[in-house]
Amino acid sequence: MSDIDLYRRTFLKTSLGAAAVAIAPGMLLFDTAHGKPQPASGKVRWGMLIDTTQCKSGCDDCVTACNRENGLSGATSATDSQWIRKIEIKDISSGRELSLPMMCQHCEHPPCVDVCPTTASFKRADGIVLVDKHRCIGCRYCMMACPYKARSFVHEPLHDQNPDVPRGKGTVEACTLCVHRIDQGLQPACAEACPNQAILFGDLNDTDSEISKKIRSVASVQIRANLGLNTGIRYRGL
Amino acid sequence: MKLFASLLLCLCIPAAWAAGTNAPKPDIGKGGQCVEDVQWMRKNHMHLLKHQRDEALRKGARDEKLSLKNCIECHASTRDDSVIARDDSFCVACHRYEAVKIDCFECHSGKRKSAWSQRNAK
Ligand code: HEC
Ligand code: HEC
Ligand code: HEC
Repeated sequence: MSDIDLYRRTFLKTSLGAAAVAIAPGMLLFDTAHGKPQPASGKVRWGMLIDTTQCKSGCDDCVTACNRENGLSGATSATDSQWIRKIEIKDISSGRELSLPMMCQHCEHPPCVDVCPTTASFKRADGIVLVDKHRCIGCRYCMMACPYKARSFVHEPLHDQNPDVPRGKGTVEACTLCVHRIDQGLQPACAEACPNQAILFGDLNDTDSEISKKIRSVASVQIRANLGLNTGIRYRGL
Repeated sequence: MKLFASLLLCLCIPAAWAAGTNAPKPDIGKGGQCVEDVQWMRKNHMHLLKHQRDEALRKGARDEKLSLKNCIECHASTRDDSVIARDDSFCVACHRYEAVKIDCFECHSGKRKSAWSQRNAK
């Protein structure tokens, strides 16, 4: 092989490497832009590490971004859909206060999937828990089963939905981890919107991903870990 | 011979009349080449779509070309960017004629995505 060829190879390798790390860990820039015809891979497990020490009380940029991306009204009455909520908690004895976002925890063993009578609730090969609205009959068992109160039911007819995010009356819905964005190689809208980068999104199965390295080096917890659901969303500083 | 001609005429006129006024004439949209043979699509588009939605949603195998969004991108009217806005809109015309009722557009946008994005860009 000539010198020029060698140079070309190393150059291509390094520039591809640079492109690969540019986006969220575990995602490559070059298969982006459009959805892939290949099915989601079972080798991947998408997850998030939420750093509550970086999450500001009163800030709801993640919620706004989610509403905008998915076409939610942003109203918060009992009959309005909320895919992500900001929660403020306080330890009564010490007075320590915390602010954090709560949403579908994308369990490895999701109770919503166990109880669904029509297999509308399902877990995709890459760990994302979804509602197949084509099969959902609106029975809402999954809403009862979810320990995180993460799911909402659409009570009213909707109009002018985002073409990427079909939603409609009579079905249950929840955070999809912005599956339509992930399949294009983008990050979930909330992770992208957080001004403090408190939401780290990536592949929990890839030992070299930023999220895996973080989880190895800092203490993080799963909410209601005692249920043994092995959630894909982890929290730091709880 | 005369009898035969008038018989032929009697048979043809209603047929031509029926085809001319009653048969649905959907607004094809942008035009170009359909994703499959057109005659095949007339008969099988519902099977294609239902297969496609399971592939895309449950398996994550998104074939952009066969996606519902792509049908809409091409078939939405050049007048109002929609496949459902009018009686002769693409996904309405035949179904009205055949008394088929589909619920797809209670959730799915009937608008061409490029037009929707443009309007909703802030
Ligand atoms: C690139 C443009 C394009 C795309 C994408 C496309 N089509 Fe078509 N399709 C056409 C055109 C043009 C015709 C009309 C051909 C003719 O009438 O000669 C057609 C015809 C049809 C017909 C028959 C209409 C009639 O009048 O008999 C059906 C049904 C159909 N398409 C459904 C679909 C569906 C469903 C999809 C998505 C999976 C789709 N098409 C995607 C261009 C497209
Ligand atoms: C209750 C709401 C709802 C109804 C009704 C509905 N869908 Fe969907 N559909 C969805 C959701 C949610 C997705 C997932 C979107 C994504 O992840 O890109 C989807 C995805 C799809 C996809 C794959 C994505 C794409 O753009 O190709 C197809 C195809 C599809 N639906 C076809 C249909 C057809 C055909 C009907 C009518 C028979 C229908 N859907 C009715 C909610 C609905
Ligand atoms: C050429 C006329 C024609 C056009 C254009 C057309 N359809 Fe259809 N479609 C039909 C007919 C006819 C049937 C019913 C077939 C039957 O009797 O099973 C049907 C049935 C369906 C069904 C199955 C309904 C059911 O109850 O199972 C779906 C879904 C569907 N069409 C979706 C679409 C969508 C989406 C479009 C627009 C992209 C479209 N069709 C455009 C003629 C058409």
